[in-house]
Amino acid sequence: MLRHTLKKRKYTKIIYNEWRWGYGMAAPTIIGLIILNIIPIFQTIYLSFFKSGDFGKGNIFVGFENYIKMFHDPQVWGATLNTILYTMIVVPVTLILAMIFAVLLNRKMRGKQIYRAIYFIPMAAAPAAITMVWKWLFNNNFGLINKLLSVFGLGAVDWINDPNVALISVAIIGIWSLVGYNMVLLLAGLQEIPKSYYEASSIDGAKPLRQFFFITLPLISPTLFFVIVTSVIQTMQVFDVIYMMVDVTSPAYDRVVSLVYLFYNNSFKYSNKGYGSAIVIFLLAIIMIITASQLKVQKKWVNYM
Amino acid sequence: MKRKIKVNFFIHAFLMLGAVTFILPLVWMVLTSFKTTAEATSVNPFVIFPSQWMWSNYAKVLEQNDVLLAYVNTIAMMLLRIVCSVSFSAISAYAFARLKFPGRNFLFGIVLFQMMVPVQIFVIPQYLMVDALGARNTIFALLFPGIVSAFGTFLLRQFFMGLPKELEEAAKLDGCSIGQIFFKVMLPLAKSGLVALTIFTALFAFKDLMWPLIVNTSSKAATLSSMLAKIEGAYSVNYPQLMAASVLAIWPMLTLYIVFQRKFIESVSTSGGKL
Repeated sequence: MLRHTLKKRKYTKIIYNEWRWGYGMAAPTIIGLIILNIIPIFQTIYLSFFKSGDFGKGNIFVGFENYIKMFHDPQVWGATLNTILYTMIVVPVTLILAMIFAVLLNRKMRGKQIYRAIYFIPMAAAPAAITMVWKWLFNNNFGLINKLLSVFGLGAVDWINDPNVALISVAIIGIWSLVGYNMVLLLAGLQEIPKSYYEASSIDGAKPLRQFFFITLPLISPTLFFVIVTSVIQTMQVFDVIYMMVDVTSPAYDRVVSLVYLFYNNSFKYSNKGYGSAIVIFLLAIIMIITASQLKVQKKWVNYM
Repeated sequence: MKRKIKVNFFIHAFLMLGAVTFILPLVWMVLTSFKTTAEATSVNPFVIFPSQWMWSNYAKVLEQNDVLLAYVNTIAMMLLRIVCSVSFSAISAYAFARLKFPGRNFLFGIVLFQMMVPVQIFVIPQYLMVDALGARNTIFALLFPGIVSAFGTFLLRQFFMGLPKELEEAAKLDGCSIGQIFFKVMLPLAKSGLVALTIFTALFAFKDLMWPLIVNTSSKAATLSSMLAKIEGAYSVNYPQLMAASVLAIWPMLTLYIVFQRKFIESVSTSGGKL
């Protein structure tokens, strides 16, 4: 009897010991996340009901005024449209290119590693520098692209300042930056498809294109889904490229500015943190709606083995 | 057979075209950085190489901007973020992967939740905190949002969960405490996960633009990225010097990439994270 309780006591001691270690080890990250992320979420929501004075001092409660103002602000709607358009150009084009490169590289061939390393280079360069060189390539008078166009007898395009073109120019930089990264993710997915599937279907006389649609695509769909969801979330938050490319004074500004850029300008350039907070919460809502609907639609096309 | 060779030729041609597209902007950056302004802006499209290599473009950029300070700031930010977030992530990830304690799933839910929210929602309060601490324009301000990492915790938890349990049990029988098991048995096994997270953290810090622009407005406290943004506004017509500044900003990371290219790519493909 005594022995039994002793054993039990020892056992509970071990359990409590594990609890102690568990809380102790989880603490640094959890405390950090609560201070740096969880409280800030509520603070941002709170701020969105205030009109900010200078640097958060002298806040005036305005209720839903920021939101009402936002929904009547053509610039916010313009930025929403720009952000969605940008995403709708960048994500599909990037995925198609990344898929083509990944499929072509997923074979026994010479130079595979070198190609892969080259396509991935944009990931290791800072977006600020990348945009700088593209801005130079896009330059109206002296840029390499317009020079090459003139060689072929084509007229110059005002890539940076033409309101109808600027979003496409920005999207080109976005695509260039993202293709290699997505290709590496897709290639990793492709390498997990058993070779025997292709061998068996070859014996049955299936051509490569048919193999792609009936074997590769269904089997890679979980990876593809992951890549689409993360790319959309990331692309909706575009800032660096547009910030570096288009200044507030540019004639193309209204047609290119993204929601995050607008958030940045309002919060830190015009020091209206309340309005900035409302904009970022609007962005959060849009991203959540898009992600939730993607999760819903996935059942229709993603094959989990 | 002949057809196969032909197909192979087209595939290589296509891949080569892709490779040129990815390299050309960087090559053009370097070439322009050595030209005179007159040469860079000449109408003739076939002026490819500089007639004389203008190192003075670099000298001027280094002279007129606090480039060396930007290197120091950027490297300090990267190292501090790596040390803090990798070690905290590893410690907490082990608790979430292997230890049982009440509320574990709820606490891990906080980690997952943070990963799903766009980062801009944290920016204003984080800025206000740094401001309240009087820490604007410091290296601490650059480190601040990266002290802990939800993504890192998630990544390493996955990694620990994939490791075999036998070694831990053997260590437990030998009388090791949980802390000893973590440091002596698990951490060495998780080396490749730690390397992947280190690369992620370094790249993320190196590429970040908005946060350094917001907290470190003084040019002495800028990072390479935010310095470039400022230079861009300051002399936006001197293209060779702008390109020289860009080269100065990206060469360290590109060199690291070229040397550790395989590790970089492996880190991404095994963890498939968010960058």
